[in-house]
Amino acid sequence: MNVITDHLSEFGHGLVLTVELTLLSLAGALVAGVVVAAMRVSPVRALRAAGMAYVEVLQNIPLLVWLVIAVFGLPEIGVIAGLFTTSVVVIVLYQGAYTAEAIRSGINSVPAGQGEAARALGLTFTQSLRLVILPQALRTVVQPLGNIAIMTLMNTALAAAVGVVELTAAANRVNLAEAKPIWIFVTAGLAYMALSGLFGLVTGVLERKWAILR
Amino acid sequence: MIEVRGLHKRFGAHTALHEVDLDVARGEVVVVVGPSGSGKSTLCRCLNRLESPDAGTIRIDGAELPAEGRELARLRADVGMVFQSFNLFQHKTILQNLTLAPTRVRGLSRDEAERNARELLDRVGIGAQAGKLPAQLSGGQQQRAAIARALAMKPKAMLFDEPTSALDPEMVGEVLDVMTELARDGMTMVVVTHEMGFARQVADRVVFMADGEIVESGTPSEFFDSPATDRARDFLAKVLSH
Repeated sequence: MNVITDHLSEFGHGLVLTVELTLLSLAGALVAGVVVAAMRVSPVRALRAAGMAYVEVLQNIPLLVWLVIAVFGLPEIGVIAGLFTTSVVVIVLYQGAYTAEAIRSGINSVPAGQGEAARALGLTFTQSLRLVILPQALRTVVQPLGNIAIMTLMNTALAAAVGVVELTAAANRVNLAEAKPIWIFVTAGLAYMALSGLFGLVTGVLERKWAILR
Repeated sequence: MIEVRGLHKRFGAHTALHEVDLDVARGEVVVVVGPSGSGKSTLCRCLNRLESPDAGTIRIDGAELPAEGRELARLRADVGMVFQSFNLFQHKTILQNLTLAPTRVRGLSRDEAERNARELLDRVGIGAQAGKLPAQLSGGQQQRAAIARALAMKPKAMLFDEPTSALDPEMVGEVLDVMTELARDGMTMVVVTHEMGFARQVADRVVFMADGEIVESGTPSEFFDSPATDRARDFLAKVLSH
């Protein structure tokens, strides 16, 4: 037990970094997801194609590979950014692809008549999407978005592989000094569980609050 | 007001509209009747380009309907549309349903839009429901709200695509009453419907469609009392025999 209390500050710093990575990634992924989903349902063929290409390219290469490409590849072409920033951007883009697909399924679940009514009233495509379709679509995909949020939290652990000292990397460092892997990694695991439990709770509350009466 | 020339619409191999010409004068009430699949709903939806025709032109108040984009949105704003399935915005209150387009498209202030909206809701008899969500209203109330929502844009013409077909029988009357009153106030209307009583009493002209073509067009008494074609006689025999 001492092994945990002796290294509370390392665990604490790691946890804070994990939370920061997660929240920034989630915010960015939501924005990217909305934009890409909008592209995928737009009447402009080029935008639809670009949206689809984005999703296919991002989803079909593992996040770890993207992180390594960005962290080691970008400096070679002159793009220098901190490890934390690079990791956030990569996770945003990667999770953005999954978010876009969840939101698109929500858009498809909104009855076609809603968009027709909006357009018949003189709203432009963008206005119909923003004011009528998306507000309803997002409410129906609260649960899948909650799952993506948890997946994002878990995926931040991969940033450990490219030198960001978040919770997993912090635990690893403590273990190198103390060699008590069970205590150390079970503690880290419980911290992840607590965080994802929190996400689940928030998701449930939002889902009940935003349920649409049909 | 509405001028349709040579309208063609295909869905795959099926021709939904074939060489349709139609003129609707200002203040005229045209009721379109015909068997299912005759193309009457498609015609109605083409009039504000919810369906894009494969050929032909549509002019609203002299201006040709453009293909897509802002210009089309502007013209649509001048043509109200009422749907079979109401299509009220499910996540907004009745009042918000009525104020959304006037504020976003017409640029009205919220106060002004709400004042107009409440007036319209009173006019269609559901002023007390303003704060409720669409799902909390009966079908008849929802359809009256949908009519009020279209009227909130102060349209030059109104399209009705089978407005009473999804309603329980006892609610049909309240919706038809609102439409009748609207017709009396001089609104230009195109109404696709199966309500023959409404067609007979309110229409200035009845248009009979079958197989994607306009087969017959005339005053209600001409059409109902002495139809000129076998198709129309056959149709009327079926719908009026009960």
